[in-house]
Amino acid sequence: MESHAQPASSASGSAFHTQAPINPYDIHMATIVEKRRETEGIETYRLKLVDEKVRHAYRFSAGQFNMVYAFGVGEVAISIVSDPDEPEFLDHTIRAVGRVTNAIARLQLGDALGIRGPFGKGWPLEEAQGKNIVIVTGGLGCAPVVGAIEYIFRRRSQYGAVKILHGVKTPHDLLYRERFDAWRQHPNTEVLLTSNQPDKTWHYHIGVVTELFEQVAVDPARTVVLMCGPEIMMRLGVPILMQRGIPASAISVSLERHMECGIGLCGHCQLGPYFLCKDGPVMSYDRVAFWLSRTGV
Amino acid sequence: MAEHTSHLLSKPSFQQLIDVLRSSGYRVVGPIVRDGAVVWDTVQQTGDLPIGWRDIQEPGRYRLEQTGDDRIFGVVHGPQSLKPFSFAPRESLLTIERTQNGFATTPTIPQSEKVAVLGARPCDVAGLAIQDRVFLRDAYADPYYQARREGLFLVTVHCTRALSTCFCASMGTGPRATSGFDLALTELPEGFVVEAGSSAGEDILAKLERRPATKEAINAANSRIASCAKSQMRALDTSHLPQALYDAHEHQRWDDVAARCLACGNCTMVCPTCFCHAVEETPDLDRQRSEHTRLWDSCFTQEHGYIHGKNVRPTIKDRYRMWLSHKLASWIDQFGSSGCVGCGRCITWCPVGIDLTEELPALLKPDARNTNRQT
Amino acid sequence: MSNKNRVCPIVTPVRPTLAVYKFASCDGCQLSILNLEDDLLALGETLDIAYFPEASSEMRDGPYDIVLVEGSITTPDDAHRILAVRQQAKTLITIGACATAGGIQALRNWSDVETFKQVVYPSPQYIHSLSTSTPISDHVRVDFELWGCPIDKGQLLRVLTDLLAGVQPRLPADSVCLECKRRGHVCVVVAKSLPCLGPVTRTGCGAICPGMGRDCYGCFGPTEGGHEGPGVPPNTGSLARQFNEELNLIPVEVVRRFRGINGSVGSFERESDVWDKKT
Repeated sequence: MESHAQPASSASGSAFHTQAPINPYDIHMATIVEKRRETEGIETYRLKLVDEKVRHAYRFSAGQFNMVYAFGVGEVAISIVSDPDEPEFLDHTIRAVGRVTNAIARLQLGDALGIRGPFGKGWPLEEAQGKNIVIVTGGLGCAPVVGAIEYIFRRRSQYGAVKILHGVKTPHDLLYRERFDAWRQHPNTEVLLTSNQPDKTWHYHIGVVTELFEQVAVDPARTVVLMCGPEIMMRLGVPILMQRGIPASAISVSLERHMECGIGLCGHCQLGPYFLCKDGPVMSYDRVAFWLSRTGV
Repeated sequence: MAEHTSHLLSKPSFQQLIDVLRSSGYRVVGPIVRDGAVVWDTVQQTGDLPIGWRDIQEPGRYRLEQTGDDRIFGVVHGPQSLKPFSFAPRESLLTIERTQNGFATTPTIPQSEKVAVLGARPCDVAGLAIQDRVFLRDAYADPYYQARREGLFLVTVHCTRALSTCFCASMGTGPRATSGFDLALTELPEGFVVEAGSSAGEDILAKLERRPATKEAINAANSRIASCAKSQMRALDTSHLPQALYDAHEHQRWDDVAARCLACGNCTMVCPTCFCHAVEETPDLDRQRSEHTRLWDSCFTQEHGYIHGKNVRPTIKDRYRMWLSHKLASWIDQFGSSGCVGCGRCITWCPVGIDLTEELPALLKPDARNTNRQT
Repeated sequence: MSNKNRVCPIVTPVRPTLAVYKFASCDGCQLSILNLEDDLLALGETLDIAYFPEASSEMRDGPYDIVLVEGSITTPDDAHRILAVRQQAKTLITIGACATAGGIQALRNWSDVETFKQVVYPSPQYIHSLSTSTPISDHVRVDFELWGCPIDKGQLLRVLTDLLAGVQPRLPADSVCLECKRRGHVCVVVAKSLPCLGPVTRTGCGAICPGMGRDCYGCFGPTEGGHEGPGVPPNTGSLARQFNEELNLIPVEVVRRFRGINGSVGSFERESDVWDKKT
């Protein structure tokens, strides 16, 4: 091989021939092994990668996402909601809102989808060991944190108090009802639900999720907050948590932007200096506060 | 540069460079005159190059004119940098075919083609280095970019004439290329001063009829390059970036430039470093086969900021601010350098002549509307 | 067959029916369908072409799964006929500038049709024309619009392919410039000072005119057509100023640039009216 002109930043002489032949754009086929209706227009798909080698090598951490592909339609970024300790099966909760997700919604058990991933950075769960955990979510925003909750409860003794605060618009928007009930059973765990448009069946709090903050005691020095949902919820919620003494650096948020490549190359998911597909989607709030406070970014 | 041994190649011997590159297996590409500008195309002989032409560039205006001299590289540059050679404007990533149980994918990574580019400018070479950083030096190397990039052999020509739109001197990327090339030429009336920048370049150089460059020739080359730097009329003061531009987020000037900006995306298409792309899915009518294609995208499109039925950057102001702030500020945080190499193409090829060397200083001045605003 | 439909089932019937209707138009968009060549055969296999007088004398009654409508509404009869066509259509797609935007014949909207009649026809009393040419969407609900004069056959194929799979079709609304640059064409505004509408015109044509050294005349309509609002593309005002101040077009020439094939569409219409006042 000839030695060619190297980019200015390259120290070695053969940078073009040393990379492992990984094609991050290749799509791996997966089969739908379970399709569970969560609520109107939202289903959870349990996927199993078809290629055994790929399946066995696949590992993810809670909060990461896959690019999910529908044949002939395209890809969409979906967070993995299953337990990271069981990577043989990958659960994705998908709301049918766009071209790709509507196409996915028509698929049945045994049908094929494609997967590229996992991509992005997940929740800082190792750093959170020994701390109390407060989880604040809104609507379908609870999906990216479900895997983190399962991870924590698998290692219950390594974490302090766990408080799960979840807000929905109407009771029909409550996903994973059984899971919330199951989480409630763990020791030293509180699950608080709220709806701001409740009906007669609702026997939890009425109002928005930030109101639940008043119902929980937090030890600001020992608390880690995991938050996901609408950006407005974060913008309103974080200042309240900070007033209670929790530093912005102890608050992690999962953010959403248009993602096409998943690997920081297509440019769409930028938020200020960050590519949310590779620097996020989970970000420490102190890094993104400056950007979330601005419009048009 | 001191470590490069300089040689002198006579003007008549220039054809030999093309011949040697071709016999070494390269398709030789250079600037040729077409449709009122120079564009990259395959060349067979020196006469295919724009001898005796020069380009006049101003905001929103490009013209070629004949000079009557025998300069081969009198034209500084055309609308495209080296970008299309390594980052294809449109390329297939995968073909996907239905199978009994679902589908099977076939990656369509291109064959690496040996291409020698004659007349790449120092700003182009610097732009390519920035694209290399983006596409090859992250967690994943892009195999499509990599295959195209591997085959490139770059013959850069140090600049001895600046356009009115050039500001590479202030960006530290020219008018002399310091790295990233295989061969570098400086054009003088009596011939070319040549240096090799890689072992592949040395191999080619060894096959050329040449003589050691005289001290006079080297001095002449250096002084022409130095006066080219001095003659640049535009400059960008980047000393307060990135923070100063982040702080200017609410500046009135964004409204002013948005009133002029067409959001047509031309600046991003001609920029040597802009890398945004979209992926398009095109199934056959019978849906037995589908193709996954990527194409150059732009932060000026509606789709770029689209998420869940809403656009995070709906207005032209949002999009221009995204582009300029990324190019000049957040790029530094992301990749450790500016995203601008000072080639001036975004100034020339903007249909309404928006000039970032005017916009940036205006944005960094106190906001006339609200001088007390603080972020 | 069962395997074929597993990945992404086709929700329309086994062989959906297609009808093509013509209103006030030149037939050029229908010719684009015939120009599909090899793909036309595939289309004929996938779809049951039930009504397409331009192509076949076999004409079956509706209802139809997909109806393509070419042409604008310019007569009282047609204003009635389109209502009946809509009733026969599960999915109605307009094809081309006439059906989508009123077409070149919408220039009458700025003129007195009665005067034209008197000048052109020996017996004008037999001519029953409306005073305006209007797009189909002014009269009935339209499910999808294809722009262009004529339409791009590749875009038509993409939309039909998506519809047959039950997928919401989507076409880019960016400027012509992006495609022009991807194809390596030299900008005719910058290099030749031609008053090209490419920067404010929707992509889809493949940048044909600039590729031939000509200036785009906006036949695909404005960029981001349906999303108008303050500060949102297309910025016709800035381009018009450039035509006037730098490319030396006098106001009436600026009016003519914008008041063309898509002259009665939102932003183009407003821009031409602005410069009309300066003539």
